[in-house]
Amino acid sequence: MKTKKITFDYKFGFSVKSKNVFTAEKGLSEEKVRMISQMKGEPKWMLEKRVQAYHFFLKEEMPEWGADLSKINFDDITYFIRSTDKQVNSWDDLPPEIKDTYDRIGVPEAEKKFLSGVSAQYESEVVYEKVQETLVKQGVIFCDMDTALKKYPKIVREYFGTLIPYSDNKFAALNSSVWSGGSFVYIPKGVIVKLPLQAYFRMNAQAFGQFERTLIIAEEGSSVHYIEGCTAPIYARDSLHSAVVEIFVKDGAKVRYTTVQNWSKNVYNLVTKRARADKNATMEWIDCNLGSQITMKYPAVYLMGEGARAEVLSIAFAGEGQHQDAGAKMIHFASNTSSRIISKSISKEGGRTSYRGLVQVMPNALNSAVFVSCDALLLDEASRSDTYPTMRIKNNESTIQHEATVEKIGEEKLLYLMSRGLSKVDAETAFVNGFIEPVVKEIPLEYSVELNRLIRLEMEGSIG
Amino acid sequence: MLSLSHIQVTAGDKRIIHDFSHQFKQRKIYAIMGPNGSGKSTLVQAIIGNPLYSLSAQSSLIFNEKILNKLSPDKRSQLGIGVTFQSPPSLNGISVFQLLRLALRDKDVVELYDTIEKIAKELKIKKELLERPLNEGASGGERKKLEVLQMAILHPSLIFFDEIDTGVDVDSLKTIFSFLKKYKKDKTYVFITHYSEIFSYLKADEILIIKEGKLASRGGMEMIQVINTKGYETF
Repeated sequence: MKTKKITFDYKFGFSVKSKNVFTAEKGLSEEKVRMISQMKGEPKWMLEKRVQAYHFFLKEEMPEWGADLSKINFDDITYFIRSTDKQVNSWDDLPPEIKDTYDRIGVPEAEKKFLSGVSAQYESEVVYEKVQETLVKQGVIFCDMDTALKKYPKIVREYFGTLIPYSDNKFAALNSSVWSGGSFVYIPKGVIVKLPLQAYFRMNAQAFGQFERTLIIAEEGSSVHYIEGCTAPIYARDSLHSAVVEIFVKDGAKVRYTTVQNWSKNVYNLVTKRARADKNATMEWIDCNLGSQITMKYPAVYLMGEGARAEVLSIAFAGEGQHQDAGAKMIHFASNTSSRIISKSISKEGGRTSYRGLVQVMPNALNSAVFVSCDALLLDEASRSDTYPTMRIKNNESTIQHEATVEKIGEEKLLYLMSRGLSKVDAETAFVNGFIEPVVKEIPLEYSVELNRLIRLEMEGSIG
Repeated sequence: MLSLSHIQVTAGDKRIIHDFSHQFKQRKIYAIMGPNGSGKSTLVQAIIGNPLYSLSAQSSLIFNEKILNKLSPDKRSQLGIGVTFQSPPSLNGISVFQLLRLALRDKDVVELYDTIEKIAKELKIKKELLERPLNEGASGGERKKLEVLQMAILHPSLIFFDEIDTGVDVDSLKTIFSFLKKYKKDKTYVFITHYSEIFSYLKADEILIIKEGKLASRGGMEMIQVINTKGYETF
C-alpha cells in the first residue's frame, strides 16, 4: 500500500488565504438568521425553526456547571460564510486554495484508499462530495444537510431536531438557528455499508463559528460507520465550533460514529451529540479529542428498544491552557439493554481533563447492564484530572460496574525505557499510546496512525 | 572501555558510593559482589544515568573515550551500555516487541520480529509474553529472561546484570547462562550479585568486592572460596 506523507504543517498554524464569496457581518440578530435561511432558499418550516431557536438562545443562560465559557463573545463571531458559489462534484473542479488545504490534510489520498465516500466541509458548506456508485445503487444517501433539505425535505423534516430540540441547551439552540453544512446520511433497510463514510471538517476563517448539523438515519437491520475528522489552523482570535449530531438507529441496525478531532488551541468546541437506539440496535460513539481550548462534549445514547446496545469510547488530551470536559450519557429506557463507557484522559503541563458522565436506568429497564471505566493519566504534577460520574439506577435488577483509575508516569518506568535507548519524548509517547491503545484499536488504521502522530507532536510540545 | 575514577554517588543528601575507581576492559567478565546495601546497585544506576543519583564534580565516567557524566540514560544506552534491572517494572500497554521497535527504529520490522521470536525460543520465553504488555503477569524468572532478551536484541558492548540470579529457579538460571555464554562474543559482562552460585555457569576474570560504598578488595576466582566459607567480613 502506497502511503503519501501526511503533512502536519497545520499544527504550526498554516492557513490558506480565505477567498469567500459571501461573508455575513459579525454578530447575530433575528434579521441575520432570516437572511441565512433566505440565502439558502429554505422552506418556511425551517426558517421558523431557526427563528424560534434564536429566541430561545437569547433567553437561555450560559451553562455554568462545566468548563469556563465566560470569555465567549457572541458578537465577535461570523455566523455564515459561503466559500464557493456552487457545489462541485469532482476534485478537479475545486478552487485551488481549497484543494491545497485538503492536500495538506491528505483527504484525496484517504479517499483513494479505502473510504467509500468523501464529503469534506470547507467552512460553512460542503463543496466537495462524492459517493461511490455502489452506494447510490443501494439507495444510500450521503450528502450535505443543505442539499438534503432541498432534495429530501420529507425525511429531514421528520427527524430534524426531534432528538435534540433547540431547547435542549444554549448551544443546541445557537446551532439550530444558524446551522450550515454538516452531513446527511440515510441507510435504507437491510443495507450494510462495508467501508466507512467520511467527512473531513475544517475551519479556516478567523473568529468564524462553524455550526454544522449532522443527521444519520439507519433503517432496520442496516449498518454504517461514519467518520469525522476535524482539524483547524491556528488563529489568534477565539473561534467557536458548535455542532449538533442526531442519529437514529432503528431495530437491529448498527451505527458507529468515529471522531478524530484536533481543533486549534483557541477553539471552543461545544457539541451536542445524541443517538436513539431501538430494539436490538447498536450505537457506538468513538470520540478522540485533541486540541481546542475548551471542549464540552458528552455523546449520548437513548436506549429505547429492548436489547439495545450502546458504547462510548473516548480519548481526551489536554495540554497547557486546555480543558477537556468530556464524557458520555447513557439512558436506559428498555429492558435487557446494555451500555459501556470507556474514557481515557491524558493531562500534561497543567492541562485539565474532566470526565462527566450520566448513566440512568429507568424503573422498567429491567435486567440492564452498565459498565463505566474512566482512566486518567497525568504526565506531571501541574496537570489535573477530575471525574464527575452520576449514576441513577431506578431498579434493582440491573448490573452496574464502575471503575476509575488515575495513573502517573513514574520516574522508574521512564528510566527503564530510556535505558533501552528511547528518548524522554519517545518514552512518554510510548506510555500515552499504550494507555489509549484499547480505544485506538477500534479506529481505522489511517486515523490511528494520525492520532499517534498527533500525540507525539503534543508530547514534543511543538505546538505554539 | 569503561573507566571509572573517584566515583562519588549521592541520593538526596545521603552519600552511598564514597570513592570508587576501576577500569572495565573489553571482552572480560566481571563480578561485583558485596553484602546487601553496600552500594552495588547504586553504582550501576549511576553508570546508566538514573537521575535519582548524582555524581560529585570529581567523579569521572569515561566510556570509549566519551565523558558520560552529563549524558541522559538514552544517550548512554545508545553508546553501548546495557543493563538488566534487578526488579524490572511492568509496563502498561507496551509489549517487549513495541519497546524494541521504538529502540531500533531503523531496523526492518519483520526481521526484528523474527529475531525476537528466535531468541525468545532459545531463552524458553512463552510466546504470549512477547505480545502482552511487558512483564505483565510474568514470574520473576520470566522477567529476568525478558531482560536478557532485550540485551540480546539491543546488543550493547557492555552489559550490567543487576542480580540476574535473584528470584530465578534453577532451570531458568541454567537457560539464561547457557544463552549468555553463547552470546558473549566480544561483549563485556558485569554481574552484580551477592551469591556465588552463578560461577558454576560462568567464570569471572575479575571479582570486585564493595563494602560500605568503597572498593574493599579485588581478585580472581579464588576469592569465591573465601566468600563461601567466611562471608564478606574478611574483606
